[in-house]
Amino acid sequence: MNRRSTSRLLLVGATATVAALAFTGCATSSGGGGGGSTTEPTSQPTDEKVTITWWHNATSGPLPAVWEEVAEEFMADHPNVIVEQIGYQNEELQRTLIPNALAAGDPPDLFQVWPGGEIRDQVANGYLMELDSLIPETIASVGGSIAPWQVGGKTYGVPFTFGIEGFWYNTEMFEQAGISTPPSTLPELIDAVGKLRAAGFTPIAVGAGDKWPAAHWWYQFALHNCSIPTLQDAAANFNFDDPCWVKAGEDLQEFLAINPFQDGYLGTPAQQGAGSSAGLIANGGAAMELMGHWNAGVIGGLAPNEEVPPFLGWFPFPSIPGSPGDPTAALGGGDGFGCSAGAPPECADLLAYIMSPEVQAKFAASGSGIPTVPSAVSSLEDENLKMVAEGLAGSSYVQLWLDTEFGTTVGNAMNDGIINLFSGTGTPADVVQKMKDAAATL
Amino acid sequence: MTTTSQVGPAVTAGPTPAPRPRRTGHVRKRAEIVLFAGPALIVFIGFVVVPVILATIYSFFNLPAGFQWTHLGDPDRFIGIDNYIRALSSPEFLRAIGNNFGIVFLSLAIQGPLAVAIALLLNRRMRGQSIFRLLIFVPYVLAEVIAGLSWKLLLQPNGGVNEVLRSLGWENPPAWLADPSIAFWTLFAILTWKYLGFAILLMLAGLQGVPDELSEAAQLDGASWWQIQRHITIPLLGPTIRIWAFLSMIGALQLFDMVWVTVAPSVRGLSTETMATYMVQQGQFAGQPGYGSAIAVILFVISLVVALIYQRFALRRDLAGSITDGGH
Repeated sequence: MNRRSTSRLLLVGATATVAALAFTGCATSSGGGGGGSTTEPTSQPTDEKVTITWWHNATSGPLPAVWEEVAEEFMADHPNVIVEQIGYQNEELQRTLIPNALAAGDPPDLFQVWPGGEIRDQVANGYLMELDSLIPETIASVGGSIAPWQVGGKTYGVPFTFGIEGFWYNTEMFEQAGISTPPSTLPELIDAVGKLRAAGFTPIAVGAGDKWPAAHWWYQFALHNCSIPTLQDAAANFNFDDPCWVKAGEDLQEFLAINPFQDGYLGTPAQQGAGSSAGLIANGGAAMELMGHWNAGVIGGLAPNEEVPPFLGWFPFPSIPGSPGDPTAALGGGDGFGCSAGAPPECADLLAYIMSPEVQAKFAASGSGIPTVPSAVSSLEDENLKMVAEGLAGSSYVQLWLDTEFGTTVGNAMNDGIINLFSGTGTPADVVQKMKDAAATL
Repeated sequence: MTTTSQVGPAVTAGPTPAPRPRRTGHVRKRAEIVLFAGPALIVFIGFVVVPVILATIYSFFNLPAGFQWTHLGDPDRFIGIDNYIRALSSPEFLRAIGNNFGIVFLSLAIQGPLAVAIALLLNRRMRGQSIFRLLIFVPYVLAEVIAGLSWKLLLQPNGGVNEVLRSLGWENPPAWLADPSIAFWTLFAILTWKYLGFAILLMLAGLQGVPDELSEAAQLDGASWWQIQRHITIPLLGPTIRIWAFLSMIGALQLFDMVWVTVAPSVRGLSTETMATYMVQQGQFAGQPGYGSAIAVILFVISLVVALIYQRFALRRDLAGSITDGGH
């Protein structure tokens, strides 16, 4: 081979490489447009193996073992199905993994679906499978708690647990501070904070470092200040004109003035490590924490012996005398699963199995949360969860977590405004203004 | 450092004396360029140029959370430069820009002199010299996330650092990372701890290029150690210092991981937000990919302008022939 043909060969080879790589580059950059799932939908459950990927938020406590067992049992009943289940940290799953997988067109088949703004966005983008015709009995079995997982009258997810928020407290500290019964009104709560301080305890732990645990305080004051029609109007139309939204911040400011929280609360995470707010409760570092129904499991996971401490008690958020809000309204939320639009039909079968009374009873007995199928509620063994379930049953109205209800954009702006309020750099009116500004960008 | 200026002419001078026919030489040269530069060029285009263009396109749209590519074609979602107006009138983003430039300034003003001083010390013959050099470089070797999480745990209100301070008699040490009024300074201290080793390593390497003969000659003329450093070593270290300053500035402008890992989200939002963390917070977590893209473009433009100005005025001599004026 002479020199000339060598160089020509080089040129041709190089051009081919460039062209090939350029094509790959093009394909990658526009690849998201397809939105197609890699999973082939199989119409008949034959010998053909079907793999269902299942992403959930169970990473600690007894729940991962429950889901693993459920997957095994389902595979035993359906020899053609392989279930690959994996648990991710909740915020990681909700804010990063699932949105990215959906936008990239390669979502898991069965995954955690959050109600409110998120499910509305996902349905609008055609990401979710409509379940009404596939598993109608399952949908009917959970009763009214299905509503947040419905969009436009159609069902796109089924909640396996639903609960309300309240105070998780250290009964021994309350006793030592001379508090005989848990506070049922705001003045009683303020009184309890004073008594706990006097007894040398940190009255309340809040994981304000993660923003949302602090924001929940504001949600509670909003819930107690705003009427139910106002709340519903806000969720549907982003109408925050009612003065009750500003009043919520003013009430919170007054409450903050009594210094009820631990030192350095702006940097405290909610759930990670012994120094987190849940860790402070678990290790006797603080007397109470306002948190959702999942908290017993989190506190148990952070206790030295990894068991729910025997001193743990629960009481609902106290009423605010003279406030216009419904005193029996509660703030809550749940966890549900849905199938991606391109998932195989076995996905809905697996979901139906997860929601079966047996699995729901197992879920309840494990102490992971409050089941949504009524017959399973009697399987609850944990005393605190029983109280939460009673509180839920006694609530006239359950408002979804407000950041979930309003969706990520307004929810994020609202939480930022509330953190400013907590740090003393923002005003109650700023919170509402931030919410209005964010809603205007939608 | 001084060798770079000789490399440029050497390369361009190479092919000219080739006695081959002109045409063949031309083709061959082109083939070589395509072969050697091609792969790097494709990676550069695919992972830098295309994303920059896409981000610029996205930034002119109001994209919803859970966004799909099809929204891009939707004329109702085209909002022109609204995202940019919103960003540049947002106090949070302006604070983030301020934080970035604060870190740039502090790095240059504090880390630079500190690194030069330590490098000069470590360059003297002494016992355990290699151990010291190794130790000072350890923080830089650690992954950002590991280092950040370690500091986060150590600096908790009741963490290791405050326990030590209490045992030393400081009754109420501050919540280093939880108090928004000092979190920025804590963060800067951690950044200094983390990246000083790299600066010192660069300076030490630069010092090896300073010929011993000069200081020996100065010594014979009766110059003290201080005078030698002041008048010979540091001026000759100039190119190294300027390159380090460039890397430090770009790193400070794009700072993300250390802030994200070390500082709790609420405190970050209140006092230590950087352009990059604000971009991820708004683009990803607040579900506004269009707005996030606008932030990304602003971050890109700021970094580019700073880099170009610096290269034009400070690095000109050091990089002559290799970057600033490629074709003679």
